Amino acid sequence: MKKRVLLVEDEPNIIEAITFLLSREGWHVDIQTDGATAVKRVRELQPDLLMLDHMLPGKSGLDILIELRSDDQFLALPILMLTARGQMRDRVEAEAAGVSRFMTKPFSNTEVLAAVRDLTRN
Amino acid sequence: MASINLLIAVCLTYVAFLFLVAFAAERAAARGRGNWLRSPLVYTLSLSIYCTAWTFYGAVGYAARSGMEFITIYLGPSLVMIGWWWFLRKLVRVGRTQRVTSVADLISSRYGKSNVLAIVVTIMAVLGVTPYIALQLQSVTLSLSIFSDPTGTTDGGMNLVSAGFWVALGLSLFTVLFGTRNLNANERHNGVVIAIAVEAVVKLVALLAVGIFVVWGVAGGISEMMVRIDNSDIGQWQVDSSRWTALTVLSGAAFLCLPRMFQVLVVENDDERHLHIASWAFPIYLMMMSLFVVPIAVVGLDLLPENSNPDLFVLTVPLSQGQGGLAILSFLGGFSSATSMVIVATLALSTMVSNHVVMPIWLSFQGQGATVSGDVRNVVIFARRVSILVIIALGYLYYRVSGGSGALAAIGLISFIGVAQFLPAMIGGIFWRGATRVGALTGLLVGFAIWTYTSLLPSFGADVVLSSPLLEQGPFGVEWLRPQALFGIKGIDPTVHAVLWSLLLNTSGFIFGSLVSFPKPLERLQGAQFVNVFANSGHAHGWSGSAAQSEDLMVMAQRILGGAEAQKLFRREAQIQGHDRYLPEPTPDFLQRVEREMSASVGAATAHAMISQLVGGASVSVQDLMAVADESAQMLEYSNQLEAKSSELLDTARQLRDVNAKLTQISVQKDAFLSQISHELRTPMTSIRSFSEILRDGHELKASEQTKYASIIHVEAIRLTRLLDDLLDLSVLENGQVSLNTETGSLADVIGHAVTTTQAGAIKQIKIDVSDLDTSIELHTDLDRLAQVFINLISNAQKYCKSPEPRLFIRATKTDNEVCILLTDNGLPIPMETHALIFEKFSRINDQDGSGAGLGLAICREIMIRLGGEIDYVPAARGNRFVLRLPV
Repeated sequence: MKKRVLLVEDEPNIIEAITFLLSREGWHVDIQTDGATAVKRVRELQPDLLMLDHMLPGKSGLDILIELRSDDQFLALPILMLTARGQMRDRVEAEAAGVSRFMTKPFSNTEVLAAVRDLTRN
Repeated sequence: MASINLLIAVCLTYVAFLFLVAFAAERAAARGRGNWLRSPLVYTLSLSIYCTAWTFYGAVGYAARSGMEFITIYLGPSLVMIGWWWFLRKLVRVGRTQRVTSVADLISSRYGKSNVLAIVVTIMAVLGVTPYIALQLQSVTLSLSIFSDPTGTTDGGMNLVSAGFWVALGLSLFTVLFGTRNLNANERHNGVVIAIAVEAVVKLVALLAVGIFVVWGVAGGISEMMVRIDNSDIGQWQVDSSRWTALTVLSGAAFLCLPRMFQVLVVENDDERHLHIASWAFPIYLMMMSLFVVPIAVVGLDLLPENSNPDLFVLTVPLSQGQGGLAILSFLGGFSSATSMVIVATLALSTMVSNHVVMPIWLSFQGQGATVSGDVRNVVIFARRVSILVIIALGYLYYRVSGGSGALAAIGLISFIGVAQFLPAMIGGIFWRGATRVGALTGLLVGFAIWTYTSLLPSFGADVVLSSPLLEQGPFGVEWLRPQALFGIKGIDPTVHAVLWSLLLNTSGFIFGSLVSFPKPLERLQGAQFVNVFANSGHAHGWSGSAAQSEDLMVMAQRILGGAEAQKLFRREAQIQGHDRYLPEPTPDFLQRVEREMSASVGAATAHAMISQLVGGASVSVQDLMAVADESAQMLEYSNQLEAKSSELLDTARQLRDVNAKLTQISVQKDAFLSQISHELRTPMTSIRSFSEILRDGHELKASEQTKYASIIHVEAIRLTRLLDDLLDLSVLENGQVSLNTETGSLADVIGHAVTTTQAGAIKQIKIDVSDLDTSIELHTDLDRLAQVFINLISNAQKYCKSPEPRLFIRATKTDNEVCILLTDNGLPIPMETHALIFEKFSRINDQDGSGAGLGLAICREIMIRLGGEIDYVPAARGNRFVLRLPV
């Protein structure tokens, strides 16, 4: 059975790129463009990996992260956060909230794939 | 001479009886059974010391000489008691709260506890009252002489001088024994008060008895008496209105100002409510005292030889009728009048002299530490006893020097005018906060000088002190300075003249002095205490320092108040302060209380100076204290300035805080802006980088995929470029660095250019309707910039209009001063809550719908502002409408 990744991202071209990359690695990619319903989607899909943009319509990636980590069920869920804001404060906040990996856009494809493999090794 | 011996025996028995009464009263008071001693009746009777030998004997003489005028002497006090009880009540309240010991203490305390004032008032009082004391001695010796020579025409065989001496000595002893037994006015003079109350009854009974004898025993009934009166000169009411007015005012003023009256009225008062009863009871007493004056005078004039002394009718009429017993009773009445006056007057004067003259001098000689090391209590009592002896000796001396000359009433009036000089300072002090020490001093000195010049000195008779030429023609022949016709006003009665000028100039000096001088802080404080006595009873000026040691304070208080009293005071205070220790903390409150207790014994000024010696730890005079008080007024001023400064600083701080908040807000905005820009730039870069890596890494891609990814890179690169263009544009516009290229052109051309630009190469087409556009509108503005606004608005409509048949209507109207252009689409109106935001930077309403950075409308707004116009968003009936206005 294919591993599932939920990609929460609102930029179509970035969705296209990441979907292309992860599909070729054997992932089933689900897309979520709205922040407000993202947590609900995670509960429904129970993905093996969550890729989370920082700036989303409806609800910020940081708030989604905090809500998930406050639920015991998602304490171990690998969460890879991608942000275009590139401010130090965002990284500190995300790490305090329990993010698994924090990467800044624009990213290198190799690095993202390495991070995904690293986070889902077990 | 047998009758003389009998008389002396009666006198001695009477005095012994008074001793017993006084002693019993003091014993009862000491055992706490003295409530009846403090009844309103006793208070009222004690006021009767107003009726001295002058009124007992002199009123008859006065009536025999001047007719009904003697009534004024009773009228004044009656009017004061009835009509002025509100003033008396305030006076008594002030006296009680300030623990005033005398009239000098009252005036000194009111005007900043001034010792100078106290000394002046004391000297004036002694000078004013001495003739009065002489008068009492004279009356007693005269009445004694009557019994040796009933006609009263000669001195008889008895040595009057030695009689006067023995009387004076006896009175001194009585006063010393009962007036100076204790020091604290808390216990007051119970014995003395009850003794004078008894004497008040004796003199009233005696006078009534003689009167009844005269009317029914001699004249034979009321109607016969009336006939006799009508036939005599006395019955003729010859009213000299100016004299009557002056005498009534004078006796009323004297009633308030006489030291002995102040003593019984205020100092010995226990309960303000006694005044209510006294205000009607005392006038009745006076009425009864005056009831038989005229009958006795008329009968005396009828019965006795031409040259008989009318001042002694009260004695000589019964004697001439063989009524020895009645004469002795009458003598006792006169004796009571004289002794009670002398006792209380010397008591009051000795308090003043010891507190205001002896104690300050003694203190200044002792220097620092006297208050704790010397035996102050004994010094005070000793000073008081010596003062009593000296004052009575002065009276005796005056009696000897004046040789018993002059009618009793005349001497009494001179005294009255003298003490009446205190009245302006007293009334002003209680009712006028603006009254000052300088004013009081000025008024007193002026009034006293005029009294001396117009009344006292002329009373000795021509050529004794003032020569007759001076009396007749004035000093150095200056007519208008004649002692009895000042300022050229002649023909008025000497008494009226003296009353008028002394009180008028006294009051003027007092008011003028108060107005031109500035009160010191202590004066102002005391002034407020006195004038507002009903508002704030019991809050005297406080001690600010508490450097005084409790031990020293205790030692000093023991010296003044006596051991038991001081210990009681201290223990009570310790309990109030709530600790078990024997000595209380020397709090300002407590210091103030001790001062008040002590001032009851030694006067306000002395008590103040004594406490200040302790508190300051150095020899601090009252003057120093006043300087301190003045300094504190300056400190107050300085602190007010500081307060103003500090409020200025607060203001500045608030402004700084505001600026800081603004800067913080700007900084937050800047951070948000940078985050936004970062996001807007990095997002297309992410796609470009990711897809270019995919293409480079040679994944097995289909041709279509390759084309698609390459075109994404292309689109994102364009988006990036446009974003940078927009940012630069906006930055230039916002900084106002844009230079406008103003030309004249047709609005239709500008819009046509914009439509062409946006339609070329656009994926989504929108139908633009310009059919209603007025093609004649000409504009004079930067046409390229205006075209940019239209391009932004049209491309927005193209991107966001969700209608199945997207349409955009463009219309324009022109008025006298502006062109108004409407762009209306048929898409979904944007949500209400975002209306205010759409012109802000990066405010994309719906992120998913376009690749815009959210800068388009912000740029539009900046351009319109630069062009002098404006842009607004209005939700239309079905769609969105932008309204552009441009000045013509």
